[in-house]
Order: sequence, then structure tokens, then C-alpha cells
Amino acid sequence: MSTAVAAPAADQLRRTWYAFSRNTGSVVGLAVVVIVVLATALAPWITPFPRHARAFTDFEHASLAPARPHLFGTDTIGRDILTRVVFGFRFSLLLGVVVLSAAVPTGVMLGLVAGYYRGWPETVIMRVTDIFLSIPPLALALAILAVLEPNLQNAMLAVSVMWWPWYTRLVYGLVSSLRNEAYVQAAQIVGASPVHILLREILPNCLPAVLTKMTLDMAFVILIGSSLSFLGLGVQPPDPDLGTMVADGAKYMPDLWWISVFPGLGILVIVLGFNLLGDGLRDVFGVEV
Amino acid sequence: MRYSTYLLQRMLLSVVVLLGLSALIFLIARVIPGDPARIALGPLASRTQIASLRTAMHLDEPLYRQYAYYLGGLLNGDFGESLYTRRPASADLRELFPSTLELVVYAGLLMVVVGIPLGILAASYRDTWVDTTVRLISLGGVVTPAFVWAIVLMLIFAYALGVLPVAGRLSPGVVPPPVVTGMITIDALWGGAPSTYFDFLRHLILPAVSLSLAGVAQAARLTRASMVDIAGRPFIEAARAFGISEARIALKYMLKPSLIPTVTILGLDFAALLGNAFLVESVFNWPGMARYGVEVILHKDLNAIVAVVMVMGLFFVVINFLIDILVGYLDPRIRLRQMEDAA
Amino acid sequence: MAREALLDIRDLSVSFTGYRGVSRVLNGVNLTVGRGEKVGLVGETGCGKSLTVRAVLGLLRKPRARVRGEIWFAGRNLVGLSAGELQLIRGREITVVFQDPMAALNPVFTVGEQLRDVIARSPRHQASERETWARAVAILKEVALPDPERILHAYPVQLSGGMRQRVLIAMALVNEPALVIADELGTALDVTIQEQILQVMRSLVDAKGISVLLITHNLGVVRETTDRVYVMYAGSIAETAPTADLFRAPKHPYTQGLLASVPKLTGEGVPRGIDGMIPDYLSPPPGCRFAPRCPFVQPRCQQPPPWVGVGPDHALACVLYDGAPTGLRS
Repeated sequence: MSTAVAAPAADQLRRTWYAFSRNTGSVVGLAVVVIVVLATALAPWITPFPRHARAFTDFEHASLAPARPHLFGTDTIGRDILTRVVFGFRFSLLLGVVVLSAAVPTGVMLGLVAGYYRGWPETVIMRVTDIFLSIPPLALALAILAVLEPNLQNAMLAVSVMWWPWYTRLVYGLVSSLRNEAYVQAAQIVGASPVHILLREILPNCLPAVLTKMTLDMAFVILIGSSLSFLGLGVQPPDPDLGTMVADGAKYMPDLWWISVFPGLGILVIVLGFNLLGDGLRDVFGVEV
Repeated sequence: MRYSTYLLQRMLLSVVVLLGLSALIFLIARVIPGDPARIALGPLASRTQIASLRTAMHLDEPLYRQYAYYLGGLLNGDFGESLYTRRPASADLRELFPSTLELVVYAGLLMVVVGIPLGILAASYRDTWVDTTVRLISLGGVVTPAFVWAIVLMLIFAYALGVLPVAGRLSPGVVPPPVVTGMITIDALWGGAPSTYFDFLRHLILPAVSLSLAGVAQAARLTRASMVDIAGRPFIEAARAFGISEARIALKYMLKPSLIPTVTILGLDFAALLGNAFLVESVFNWPGMARYGVEVILHKDLNAIVAVVMVMGLFFVVINFLIDILVGYLDPRIRLRQMEDAA
Repeated sequence: MAREALLDIRDLSVSFTGYRGVSRVLNGVNLTVGRGEKVGLVGETGCGKSLTVRAVLGLLRKPRARVRGEIWFAGRNLVGLSAGELQLIRGREITVVFQDPMAALNPVFTVGEQLRDVIARSPRHQASERETWARAVAILKEVALPDPERILHAYPVQLSGGMRQRVLIAMALVNEPALVIADELGTALDVTIQEQILQVMRSLVDAKGISVLLITHNLGVVRETTDRVYVMYAGSIAETAPTADLFRAPKHPYTQGLLASVPKLTGEGVPRGIDGMIPDYLSPPPGCRFAPRCPFVQPRCQQPPPWVGVGPDHALACVLYDGAPTGLRS
């Protein structure tokens, strides 16, 4: 640890961390998210039966209640539930990452343009956004999934289409107030190009709110994704997805309760983690999403 | 603008949204590869049969004409025939939608009747164990999907404790009341069969509670946050300085302004209940739109899909409009924006 | 003093415990208001005036604020009364007129609803709707508001600032309290409107014999409206005198500094400010809190200053007048 004067950015980071760590919930959220991400990355190596994550049958060991070596039990065709839950996290995270990677840049860019260039780009973009926001999200997703095959990719597409308007609205609001700040006007006077202003002056100030929203949205997207899978409209078997697993197990209730309950708890854990983390970020950054 | 103008504008937006939704589905449907007529008739149909069906479905006419026919049909409530059930889709809807609606309405009631008072409680006893308990429950409600709650509650109450029935709307042997609206609450009481109604209630509890939990949690959180914010405002201290009792302050002077932001978001949650109802219906075998909706999607039954999506859209739009009216009533500033600072 | 006081604040101290330490704001305040008197409380922002008001009304929340001393009102010590007993006094025997009328009125209820709730608190209140309404209309007329019926049906956002302030005065006076505390009355309004408001106040309290405690930082208002004045600095009273005496011959260095900083219409002399700032309440000076800024500071000022009388009803807290012949001024 260097004893020299800390660079301002590092100091800022340290102070942010200090504020963040005072809240137990946020730290718990962060820990959960980190654990889940690590677990999914290391899944093939840390799970007891990695082959069970694909098509696999073993009727001799089917429908076993939770006990060693199957801590979460096995399903009706003999696959270890614990392994499948960990691999299931992969799909949840994948859905979240893909949806946000598609929705956030689109939404943010549209918001930047609408907020900075007044006049008709603003009107057009915001009207379209308003209309998209007024459409019931599930109806839209169903419509899209209806005409394309129900599978993971199309589910991701459907959810992304539902999602970008929120970011447009958020960024539009921020940019509208930021564009009157002194440093923006200074940059304009000096002759900086609009692109430079948007990317170097305005965008960094939108980041805290956008990042916070992204974290909270991960939780929400995972929730919606698992709901779609539960209905059979998302991830298809034999891929392990938490929602699909719950649906499969629902038929065998209450006898083989573990087939549904553990994946359900898995969803709870991952959604809780992102939710707590997001709330913590919101408190630390002091933003309103 | 004046209140009436405001309402008119919101109504116009709703109509635009519905039109947009119908156009969107129409376009998507025309995008699928394959011939809708051939899909409808199945692989064994003859060329003449397909050709005549194509004419009947106006498939050879220009796109805007097709949209006009389509729209005309929609406005008449005619969605065409469902491939899946071989009946007019509107008939399917009339049979299935009321039970979903009933479930959603009860869940919504729970949201308001349980969620808001919990929020008031948490705000009034801020930073005590009451507050912490409510916040923990809220957290649990928000992060858990409705179907997980459904399964957990079913395991506990229907199986382990055996106090509530597992599935369906009525116990076997109980005669359903003559259909007036399709909603048992109304039909049973209208037909004068209260025992049927109570049996129904027993079946309703688990699905309605699972469906409402996320909304209850959200309502509690929002109400609490709103009230805490309002509690710090000067007019509340002023009311206290005038000696107005704490109870009246909480229930009148703090509650009404707090409800404004809460109601808007709760409205969205209420509209979202329809989507989540699908999940809960699957678990409890509730005879509503869920299974139908999923099946018609898997079967690419376009007419039925359009019907389902448009009904959902209509519900959403109506709820949003009602929320707009409610917020306009609660917050006079919305109504009076034209008349700020008269002198 | 021989006169029986309506309000008698004795040695009031209020401190707040926050995570940065203990903030000792009010430091032994002594203040009285007699029946029918109009008393002013002057001081700059941050000296603790509004806090004193809150303490009197019992509005300070217990765990964070600690209140010591006594506040005698009509024969009872308000410090230590239960919440229920305090609530009986508020709005009926002691009322407050607030500084910012838009902030003090609830935006989602009509003026009539809020006024009605206040009237309902009166001990002489009859339950009848019609009588309450009549009473509301009457009080609005008394504060010179035109068209009272329309105003009762209006929302605060529909009224002008001056009208809202009159509504607040109406709410404070409708139950004919014994004491009205006016917190920075009219500060948020134009000067001309403020003058009208003060006139309305004056005529009403004179007519009904209500005592007034007028809190302000505006010396001009004090001079015109009050009988006696208290000058407050950093949580305690620096000087008190009948209004005319104070303006004619201020004795405390702080009062002198205050008066010197106000420009005069006659144009003589250049207004001078007072160097320095109010103390940090987390670590206030040990003795006289004005010592760090006082032009006549001495070693003795490290001790709490004595309370010295220098004339009829005229007293101050300063070592300069404590009998010893060091640097006196007339």
C-alpha cells in the first residue's frame, strides 16, 4: 500500500466504498452477487455432477430425496438438482446480461439524443417511448414470442424490446437538467463537438443512475425470465433453467417437493442479491430511479 | 390545463396505444414465414381449399386493406376462429377471462387493503421492530416470483397443514352457480347460493395471496417511503403546532399526499397482476386464460393470440386510465395547473 | 418584575445529540411575556429563535433533543407535560403563525378543511357544521380577506402569498388563544404586503387583548410593533429592554453592533457589520458566546456573563456593566 497522496479517483472510490459498507443489506447483496457469479463461472468444476446439466438420464437414481451425495435430491430422470440449480444460474445471468447489453445502450443513446437536441428528435423519440411504456409489457412479450419460436433467444429479444424505453426516459430526464450546467455551456462556448459533450461531459454524470438501475433491473429481468420459462416460453428443456425446473417439479407436488422448491429458492437468492445491491447503490449515489 | 382536458388527453393516448398494439401484432403476424391458410387447414388440405380460405381471409389483398378488415373485426369483438379450440376466439375468452379477472381483482384488493395499512404502520412506528418486520416481509415479497410463492404456500397450507384445498375453484360436488358474468363471486351471490360463495373463497385464498404478495410488498414499501417523506414536510409540523391529534395527522394529513406517488406505481403493479395471474393459474389449476394463452402461443393460433393480447392490452389501458382519474382527484395541483397564483 | 407573566421561560437549555457530538444550542434562555403584551425576540439566523418556539410548543422529538429548564404558562410547566396535555394547549391557548405560508398549508386540502379542523379544537366549539362554517367566514373577514366563501373552497396553490399569510393568521387567532407566537411574520412576502399583514395582526391582537411573541431578524418590524424586546445571540439572551429604550440606548456590544449595521434614512454614518460568525454549537466558547467577536472582550469573559440590570425593565448579560469601573459606556 503506497503511502503517497492518493489520486482523487482512488480516494473517491474509497469514500464510496465506506458509505456503501455501512449498510448491511448492501454488503450482503454484493456478497451474494459475487458468490453467484463465481459459482456460475466455476460451475463445471465445483458442482458434484456437471454432466447432469445436459441431456442425461439415470433412472436408478431418480426421484431421490435430499441426502448425500445429492444435497438437493434428484429429479424424475435422475439428474442432480444442486448441479442443475448452479448451472441454472448461468441462464439467469445470461438473460440479464444479454437483455441489458441490448436495451441499455439503445435506451441511453436515444435518451441522450432526445435530451440534448431539442425539437423534433426529442418529440419523436419521447412519443415513441411513451407509447412503448404504455403497452403492457407481458402482452408485448407474448406477442413477440407468439410469432417467433419460444426459446431463450427470442425471450431475450422480447424482454429487451420491453426494456429500453425506461432507460431513455431516465437519461432524457437527466440530460435535460444537466445540459444547463455551467461546464456544459463552457464546453459549447469553447467549440467542443456535440458528440464530445455528450460522451465526455454529460454521460459520465448519468452513469450513477444508470448503473443503479441496471443492477436493480438485473433482478427484475431474471424474475421475468424465470416467469417466462416457467410458462414454457423461455428456456427449453433439457437446458437447466430455474423457472423451467420449478414448472417441471410442480406436477409432482407434494411428494417430490424438492424438485420445485430448490430452484425456487435459487431464484429468490439471486434476485435478492441484485435487489439489495441495487438498493445499496441507490442509497450511496443518492439517485432516484 | 384543466382537468377535463387532462383526462381527454389521457383517453386519447389510450386509444393510440390500443391501435398501436393491434397494428404491432398484425404486422408481426404477417411476418411469420408460412401461409396462414395452410397452417389453419393442416397439411392434408387441397390446393383449392387453401385458395378459398385465402380469399375468405383476404390474404391476397393489399396490406392496408387487410388491416382494415382486421380492425373492423376487432371493433366488433370478432377475433376470428381459434385454431386450437375450433371456436370463435371471443367465445373462448368470454368463458375464460372472467375467472382470471376475478382472481386479479381479489389480489388487487389485498394489495390495497393489506399493503397500504402495513406501510402506514411501518412509517408510524419507524425504526422500531414493527418497521423492521414489515420491511423484511416486503423485501421477501418483492424478490420472489409469484409462482414460487404459489408453490411454497401450496406446500404449507394445502399439503402440510391440509387446511385449504389444493386446486380448482370449487370443491368436487359443489354445483357451480348459473352463469351470469362468469365470476363466481357475482354469480353465486346473485343466484342466492352463499355456501357456494364460501367454498369458492376457500379455494381463492391461496392463489389470490400468492398473486398479491409482490404487490402487497411493493405497496407497503411505497406507502412507507412516501409517508416518511411527507412526515418531514413543514405543513405536518404546522398541523401538529395547531394541536391536531397524531391520529388525524397520520390518517388524513399525511396519508392523502402520500398516496399520490404510491397510487401511480401501484396502478402499474395492479395491471401487471394480469401477467402474473398466468403463473399462479398454472400452479393451482385455476380455470382461467393462462393455459389457453400459453397453448395458443405454442400452436401459433394467431386469432386466439390476438384476442388474448388485445384483452390484456385493454385491461392495462383501462386500469391506467382509472389511475389517472384517481390521481387527478387526490392531487388538486394536477387539476388546477392553469390557475397558479391568482393575484 | 412585579407583573404576573403569561409566559415565563426560565433557564431553557436545549441540546441535540448527533453522531458528530452534542450540539448545545440553547444555553439558558430567560424570557417572559405578560398578558396583553407584544414582545419581540430579535436575533440573526441561527441564534436559536425558532428552536425556542418549538421548545415552547413541545415539538422537539425526545430521543434526539434534550430540553432542560422550565417553561411556565398559565401556571403550568410545559416542560415535562405529556403529549396529550401539550396537544390540548397547542392550537387553543398558544398558537403559531408560520413564516412560509405555502409550506405551512397542506397542498391537497382546501383552506376550509384545514381551518375547520383548527376551529374544531376550540373548547367552546359546537358540533354544528353551520356554526363552524360561520366562524370560519367571520375570521376570514377579520383578517380583511375579500370573498371568504370562495377562499374557503380554494386550495392553497390558488391563493397569493399575502392571502395565504392572512389565512395562517386567521387559523392562529380563530380560537382566541392567550398567546400567539409569530415566527418571522411576512418575511417571505413583499415589503408592502408585509406591512399590511403586520397591521392586520396588530389590530386584531389589540382588539382581543392577545399576547404576542414576535420572532424576527428585522429590527424595523420590532421597533414598530413591540412593547418590549429581547435580543438573542447564539442561544441565550444578550439584552432586554422596552423597545424605545433599546433603540435609543443599546448597551450590550452585540446590540450596538446590530443597530450600527442597519443603514439609516438620515444618511449619517456608514453601516458597519460585526466581524466573525456565530459559534459552532458543537464546541461553543466557555463563557460569553459573543466574546470571540466582541470589541470589548476581556479575560473575565471566559466565565459565564452576569445578568445585570441597568434600568427599568432593562437588563443585559455582560461583564462591562457589572459595577466594576472598566470601560463603561452610557
